[in-house]
Amino acid sequence: MRTTITDAREAVAAVKDGDTVLVGGFGMAGMPVELIDALIEHGAGDLTIVSNNAGNGDTGLAALLAAGRVRKMICSFPRQTDSWVFDGLYRAGKIELEVVPQGNLAERMRAAGAGIGAFFCPTGAGTMLTEGKETRVIDGREYVLEYPIHGDVALIRAHVADRLGNLVYRKTARNFGPVMATAATVTVAQVSSIVEIGSLDPECVVTPSIYVNTLVEVPR
Amino acid sequence: MSLDKEELARLVAGDIPPGAYVNLGIGQPTTIARFLEPESCVVLHTENGMLGMGDVVPADEADWDLTNAGKQPVTELPGAAYFHHADSFAMMRGGHLDVCVMGAFQVSAAGDLANWHTGAPDAIPAVGGAMDLAVGAKEVWVMMTLFTKQGQAKLVPECTYPLTGKACVTRVYTELATFHLGPSGVQVAQTFGITFDELASRLDVPLSKV
Repeated sequence: MRTTITDAREAVAAVKDGDTVLVGGFGMAGMPVELIDALIEHGAGDLTIVSNNAGNGDTGLAALLAAGRVRKMICSFPRQTDSWVFDGLYRAGKIELEVVPQGNLAERMRAAGAGIGAFFCPTGAGTMLTEGKETRVIDGREYVLEYPIHGDVALIRAHVADRLGNLVYRKTARNFGPVMATAATVTVAQVSSIVEIGSLDPECVVTPSIYVNTLVEVPR
Repeated sequence: MSLDKEELARLVAGDIPPGAYVNLGIGQPTTIARFLEPESCVVLHTENGMLGMGDVVPADEADWDLTNAGKQPVTELPGAAYFHHADSFAMMRGGHLDVCVMGAFQVSAAGDLANWHTGAPDAIPAVGGAMDLAVGAKEVWVMMTLFTKQGQAKLVPECTYPLTGKACVTRVYTELATFHLGPSGVQVAQTFGITFDELASRLDVPLSKV
């Protein structure tokens, strides 16, 4: 389907109550702050958010949490020096938490985007994070069965897009963006600029347009 | 004399083989980077998607699209490469990283690592990439104090804190001694301001000399 170019408000209208939303970024690097602000205004609630962290400071994801829109966080590293919003909700029992090792978080979304039903992974074998999960010994090593994480919507930030939806990223702000783009039914990318088709070097495209449904230009 | 933090970081840096691909964990291990000689050509990996990471820079020089695993702004060195998170951890899990250095709450004689969660009822668990590093890197080195502030040994017969990984640690660097862990048990490689016998009397694990 042809990629739509629109504003943040219209782009996040794809999110419905109860959705699982993949939110890009590692801390604030690559976090689509303007899309999250629009999501807060949009009002969808009872959300499951999949993101590496559980919000930093009072903006972006932290603001969405503070607005009471999130039922469950799936992340690798919620606790940080500036995660006071999440910490408060968690201690008050107002939010569910699923802690996932960072590589499993990425690989489970990769699996979702790549049509993999489940995979055996050595990470966390013998630890409390894999208790109750199916395991198998392969070549003498213990592996744990991990299932994909699908998103209804992915909100990511890239650097430049062409009008078709091909994306390039900037430095370590790439992080989860390319994987999340593949793992959601609808992928919305916030970019610093949108250029004409043909102006990106095809050898340098990181996320091909097939994964991108909506573009929002937010100059930085 | 026991080593101070800087001497310990310098010691670990000196043991990293030239040309190695290395991941330095958040906190104390990050400081090892300062003591790597450029001619050693060690390449630093950061799990948020980069090889060839340079130094931490002050906030006024920061590019917030270029950060390390601790979300501090860093620089990029010539020959750097960026990649997404799934690739970054595939690199780790696939056994391509030569060494990772992490901090720890406890390490067991068998090389079990506990460094992500105290298990306290009010603690908010956060694992990050620690479990992936523990199973992935060819060598897992731990850099820690040998005793807690209360004087309890952190090199123990069995970890009492929740595990990060089983039988993964190959070396432990502390201010009082360095240890090699493996099929021959726990071997003391070096001591600093303490004798082997004193060390053996303060630790509840069987020790031998390298």
